[in-house]
Amino acid sequence: MNEHLENLKEIRSLMERSSKFLSLSGLSGISAGVCALLGAWYAHQKIHIDALYLLFDPVVRQEIVPLLLIDAAFVLIGALLSGAFFTIRKARKQGLNVWNSTSKRLLNSMLVPLFAGGIFCLGLIYNGFFWIAFPATLVFYGIALVNASKYTVRDTYYLGMGEIVLGIISLFLARWNLIFWAAGFGVLHIVYGVVMYFKYDKITA
Amino acid sequence: MQILQNFNKAFESKARLGIMSVLMVNDEVSFIVLKDLLSMTDGNLATHLRALEEANYIAFKKEFIGRKPSTVYSVTDEGKKAFNEHLNELEKFIKGS
Repeated sequence: MNEHLENLKEIRSLMERSSKFLSLSGLSGISAGVCALLGAWYAHQKIHIDALYLLFDPVVRQEIVPLLLIDAAFVLIGALLSGAFFTIRKARKQGLNVWNSTSKRLLNSMLVPLFAGGIFCLGLIYNGFFWIAFPATLVFYGIALVNASKYTVRDTYYLGMGEIVLGIISLFLARWNLIFWAAGFGVLHIVYGVVMYFKYDKITA
Repeated sequence: MQILQNFNKAFESKARLGIMSVLMVNDEVSFIVLKDLLSMTDGNLATHLRALEEANYIAFKKEFIGRKPSTVYSVTDEGKKAFNEHLNELEKFIKGS
């Protein structure tokens, strides 16, 4: 009797563990964080301020906004490409195709909040609420992570919560907009990546 | 002990139950991932996989991931049916005692 109960418990835990996408590499987090820090540094070099709400002057804004959008696009592409590279590498080491049912579930659960968030932020910029777009990207990204954490390692839940908290604080401390953004997308990713690397990658690598 | 006779012999060991439960919730699982999840040795896992395969409960195919060969397992319809029946028996047994 006890043996059967044990077996059932084991079955349940295996079913749950095995339906998660476990090929996310810690190095992906680190590389995404580095991309974000480089992007934030470039933005700072260009505008010399951290408080983006100071960009009131329409003429200055017309000059700066396209530049920052291009900068942001580069960060996004760089983070996605490098992140995908390390995760595909880890999946291969595990003898897995990266495109499987667990990774599809994970991406699906992230896609909706990210897509809605992306459009929302573009809308903010379009309407001139430029500085709010920065905290908004943090909050939406955090929500996407929290949502996706059911389908991968639990750590992504805490990363997501961290992003949301930073985003919300930065809404009220608009002076440090850019710094909060760098902390969320840069530092937090790197910290998370290092933790993940030592927790999971070292064993299978 | 009569009820125990309905238990499927193919699922008698914990390892085989484990293999089946992982395959039930995933389309395909590689040998390496199975090994990792169940913390078994290569030889031990291979023996259990072969037994399940001979019962026609699982199927496998070899494919290349990059340049490395990988063996990927999946559960057959027959296997799904047998495993569900086994779980029902298990449930009955636990409720009954």
